[in-house]
Amino acid sequence: MPGFPAALVLEQLLNGLQLGLMLFLLASGLTLVLGIMDVVNLAHGSLYMLGAYFAATLAHGTGSFWAGVALAVLATAGIGILLEVSVLRRVYTRDHLTQVLATFALILVFNEGVRMIWGPQALLLTVPQELARPVRLLPGLGYSAYRLFLIGVGIGLAAGLFLLIHRTRLGMWVRAGASNRAMAQAMGVPIRRVFTLVFGVSAGLCAVAGALLGPILAVQVGMGEEILILAFVVIVIGGIGSVKGALVGALLVGIVDTAGRALLPPLFMHLLPPEVASNLGPAVASILIYLLMAAVLFLRPQGLFPVRA
Amino acid sequence: MRTRPLPAPQARRIPVAIPRGAVGWFPLAATGILLVGFPALAEAVGWRFYLNLVTKAMILGLACSGLNLVLGYGGLVSFGHATYFGLGAYTAAVLAREGIRTAWVIWPAGILVAALAALVIGAVCLRTRGLSFIMITLAFAQMVYYGVISFKQYGGQDGLRAPRTDLGFHMGDVALYYLTLLLLTVCLGILWRVVHARFGRALQAIRDNEARAAAIGFPAYPFQLVAFVLSGALTGLAGILMAHHAQYVSPAMLSWPQSGAFLLMVILGGVGNFWGGVVGAAAMVALEEIFHAATIHWQLPVGLILLGVVLLAPRGLVGLLEGRPR
Amino acid sequence: MGNRTPFRLVVALALLVALPAGAQPRTVRIGFVSTLSGGGAALGQDVLDAFKLALRHLGNRLGGLPVEVLVADDQQNPDVARTAVERMLRRDQVDFVTGIIFSNVLLAVGDLVFQNQTFYISPNAGPSEYAGEQCNFYFLNVAWQNDNMHEAMGHYAQLKRYETAFILAPNYPAGRDALTGFKRFYKGRVIGEVYTRLGQLDYSAEIAQIRAAAPKAVYAFYPGAMGVNFIKQYAEAGLMQQIPLLLPGFSADADVIRAVGRSMVGVFNSSHWALELFNPINRRFVEDFRRTYNRIPTLYASQGYDAALALDHGLRAVGGDLSRKAEFRSAVLSGFETTRGRVRFNRNGYPIQNYYLRQVVEMPNGEIVNRLRGTIFRNHGDAYVSRCRLP
Repeated sequence: MPGFPAALVLEQLLNGLQLGLMLFLLASGLTLVLGIMDVVNLAHGSLYMLGAYFAATLAHGTGSFWAGVALAVLATAGIGILLEVSVLRRVYTRDHLTQVLATFALILVFNEGVRMIWGPQALLLTVPQELARPVRLLPGLGYSAYRLFLIGVGIGLAAGLFLLIHRTRLGMWVRAGASNRAMAQAMGVPIRRVFTLVFGVSAGLCAVAGALLGPILAVQVGMGEEILILAFVVIVIGGIGSVKGALVGALLVGIVDTAGRALLPPLFMHLLPPEVASNLGPAVASILIYLLMAAVLFLRPQGLFPVRA
Repeated sequence: MRTRPLPAPQARRIPVAIPRGAVGWFPLAATGILLVGFPALAEAVGWRFYLNLVTKAMILGLACSGLNLVLGYGGLVSFGHATYFGLGAYTAAVLAREGIRTAWVIWPAGILVAALAALVIGAVCLRTRGLSFIMITLAFAQMVYYGVISFKQYGGQDGLRAPRTDLGFHMGDVALYYLTLLLLTVCLGILWRVVHARFGRALQAIRDNEARAAAIGFPAYPFQLVAFVLSGALTGLAGILMAHHAQYVSPAMLSWPQSGAFLLMVILGGVGNFWGGVVGAAAMVALEEIFHAATIHWQLPVGLILLGVVLLAPRGLVGLLEGRPR
Repeated sequence: MGNRTPFRLVVALALLVALPAGAQPRTVRIGFVSTLSGGGAALGQDVLDAFKLALRHLGNRLGGLPVEVLVADDQQNPDVARTAVERMLRRDQVDFVTGIIFSNVLLAVGDLVFQNQTFYISPNAGPSEYAGEQCNFYFLNVAWQNDNMHEAMGHYAQLKRYETAFILAPNYPAGRDALTGFKRFYKGRVIGEVYTRLGQLDYSAEIAQIRAAAPKAVYAFYPGAMGVNFIKQYAEAGLMQQIPLLLPGFSADADVIRAVGRSMVGVFNSSHWALELFNPINRRFVEDFRRTYNRIPTLYASQGYDAALALDHGLRAVGGDLSRKAEFRSAVLSGFETTRGRVRFNRNGYPIQNYYLRQVVEMPNGEIVNRLRGTIFRNHGDAYVSRCRLP
């Protein structure tokens, strides 16, 4: 077994944290929408993609990365609200199959729409100059400042979301709606407006994730689908409707995935030839996440932090 | 024994297109004649390409009919049916790669693999309901997907070429067409018998009201599991035929977008209606081809049409043709 | 074409679908399938743009025949490519197929094209599979065999006496060919050999591994967006100053430079082609490409241009008679003038040519480009040709 220097472990932990917090941004919105509106929204990944595309375009247009991100969040939230009012309203009272299929069809529409407007090539979004350098955490470990920034933003937004949910009236309505919608409505919660607001906020969070991950990944059509699946795994593990569950689930998934990608290949490398090992590593790490999800569903079907009364 | 939570009485049901009478014999006969005569017609006017297209439509129709059994008649939203499709296809390809090319080994093997997978997955998944069921079928589908692509010697992410099977004679495009037509007819016949027998009616009763069905002696689990296995077998056979048709298998056949596409085809045709699977698959193939020829951005109109169907005509094309139920 | 059948609706529907397939005057139809979307789109677009530029230079004729080019996007997906190629061969009945960038996509469609007895002219992908025992009469490659550029860099690393190296590539045929090629000429110690997932964009885990292993040099093959991301992240993690990064030409050409910028100045890479190569065809190509498309051409573009030249040369040799396939092939194999000067070919369809050393520099006017620094190999073929049993 090779020795694992502190630098390597710390670096991988930070990577896992970064991935997990970005996943949380998507998962939190998804879990709230599913929790209080009971809507399965597969087009959530498309909002993430739109956030990235808007950020890339607006950053180049205004010349400032920050302005680009801020405007992208607003624009995507706007599109989210539009989507809610036009399409999602029609599927509130419908069954989950209809919701799944309608939002799946929306993915096709969004993907092609984006391709038509922005063209098929991937867009360039660059890390802002101030953050495109390493930060010396340990001797020999210069970690990307931008990634540290993402971690900071993730923690900040998580804290902000908690404050919103647990310390404001709106948050109280949201929790009531997630716990028992009919009862909440009977008690006078303006559930329709809460829906629209929740959807807008979730779209905004998607945009933040998309815009911030854009420089690291690539801004291209279809970028939403892969992360969407991960987000669903997160909210199922965490418990539908629970933001705390989304956070725990996201961190779990982020760290397991990163640790798997980092630790399994060297481990397998001792036992198997290189090409097999480095394919099996990520493959098994991905399966781990689904095994985890299946186990949770089987043993504790409501998730780790159930919310439903 | 753990008790499962009962489905809420107001649980929202999937939109089933219950037939209001048997489909008349004339459309059936006409379609049958057209299908039998199509290859000759195609050859005469140089539509070789469309021969393959119709074969593909029939294969997908078989897969969707399999899905329709659990989706429409069983009320179970399986978001992982591509697994059985892909496993059937990969079995055929891997066997061919290992030198076994005869259909008499490949077909039973592929069907068996798919059915076994359905048995294992169904045994676990059918203990859950509603959204959990959807998610857990998805989870298993992803596990199989990642498992299969980790086999580098069988193509990994790039897929695998699969020489066609031989039945003692060379399997050309026309031969494969008739073979597919024959198998489709046989399978639809089996489905017809199943659905109209006591088993089928029990399945539908369970779908409509699980508590009541259990009370009169039809517990959900065993019936649904059998339906699941049969469905997996049929979809697996479709996968085998697809491997023969394309002479190529790829992980995309196992992916969740493929599962989503199957669901879309069934709802396009008409969930729960006997012909929903084949009609939906044929319509989808036609739609794609029409728009493909029209514009490079064909996914947009197709997506919009599907969205429209899902929202406005949830009983699908068959539902439209039969009018609103009374 | 008698199509008066009683099922008029079916016919009407089908006519909607069956767009023109028959061509009365003899036009050469080229099926151009390439990656025009996603992370590799810049590559496919370069090849396509250069191909069209070449056609313009040739008066929109190949070998004297009028040309029709049908374009399809393979989305870097073997499935999609297969469907597109099938459509082009069966419905549109193209005479030649070309354009594919990625080797895994090519390997999925090759047999379709060969079985149809249609020539495939590769402007990029050069898998070892088609260089050895599976070499095919209908396969021609105007670019290189996948191993070549990496062999050159391995030789360079050997000459520079880097004792240890950490090497990476995506896990697909060209990636495996790449590291095989590098190791064929690099005789030092390889302390890390990592294959990442094709299309992976976040390399934080791999960069952590490199840092922990502390090699004397890093060699990475990542085309398109993968390369952009890897190099950017390598620089952001502070490794660019600590450990020299060696690259093949694919990962250090104009498309990557455009995206990465100044942080990759100083990086050495190998290539079979360079902007400053001194021959009339290249001068005309580079100048016109810059003028028409407002950007610096990449080596991919030069290959697209050469693919058109290959078609023209071959068709001219057979006097426009598409049935004389053997003569077409031998005309191309015997060599013709390209953007790299005169290039000959081996009997497996792969070229025999020089490989140069380039370095990314910043010009006085602020432009960041590759400059020619020397020649690594002369008249270098591929390592697999001996196993090919074609005449």
